[in-house]
Amino acid sequence: MNPELVGRAFPPTSPYLVGREKVREFARAVFATNPINLDPAAAREAGYADVVAPPTFAVVVQEHTLAQLLAEPDGGIDFTRVVHGDQRFTFSRPIVAGDELTAQLAVTAVKTLGAHSMVTAESTMTDPSGAHVVTAISTLVVRGDES
Amino acid sequence: MSLPAFDALAVGDVVAERTTRLTRDSLVRYAGASGDFNSIHYRDDIAASVGLPGVLAHGMLTMGLAVQPVVDWVGDAGRVADYQVRFTRPIVVDPVDGAQVSVTAKVGALDAAAEAARIDLTVTYNGDTVLGKAQVRVLLGAK
Repeated sequence: MNPELVGRAFPPTSPYLVGREKVREFARAVFATNPINLDPAAAREAGYADVVAPPTFAVVVQEHTLAQLLAEPDGGIDFTRVVHGDQRFTFSRPIVAGDELTAQLAVTAVKTLGAHSMVTAESTMTDPSGAHVVTAISTLVVRGDES
Repeated sequence: MSLPAFDALAVGDVVAERTTRLTRDSLVRYAGASGDFNSIHYRDDIAASVGLPGVLAHGMLTMGLAVQPVVDWVGDAGRVADYQVRFTRPIVVDPVDGAQVSVTAKVGALDAAAEAARIDLTVTYNGDTVLGKAQVRVLLGAK
């Protein structure tokens, strides 16, 4: 893997519009039962503009930045050997249907451990005013040749 | 659902437990909802060809379902401020029997100044833990 990925500037992704039905579809897929994830009236009663996305929904937007990373021509990351190591989401506020999110990728670490290498990718998601919503951090392990 | 009282919590309290049965249908549903169409999550032949013991659940599906008992305990999906996991073992989903995934959520630490609790998740399948350092920070103060 190319260590020069660290600190490289990537363009922000085009805005992702969070749809109510997408949130509900995702919520059902992760076995969410909280009415605030599913029912707009319950969400409004709790003070939100619309249904609230489950915490891991941010991965749907983050995915666009990981695609940028894997597509980097000199990155040296073979997608078929990638294993997900760690994942973290840090919120300033929850994602709510109607949000328009832009994600900015930064590679914060590239490490080699024997035959394997590890890359840490941070995606910072903001709303149209530029305010921070959530940062998603993934560590991907790229398996080396088995010997 | 009412918000748990911060002052009533103690480190070590079990605040939620749940067992979820994953099936192949769950994996297809998650693939569609998330956009992760990696075929090791629904095709036995592809999983076998890359040396896997069977079709695996998406790690992000495991992460996604493991936090739900905590969301229901706080009663508000918007109170999760931070959530992290390490993927330590895959979950093999049998085409007939599926896979039972058990979650126990325990208070790991309390932050009185912020009225926030760190909830530690133990997530097991077949008696083995599948997630490491699975921690959820929930905000329990007035909004």
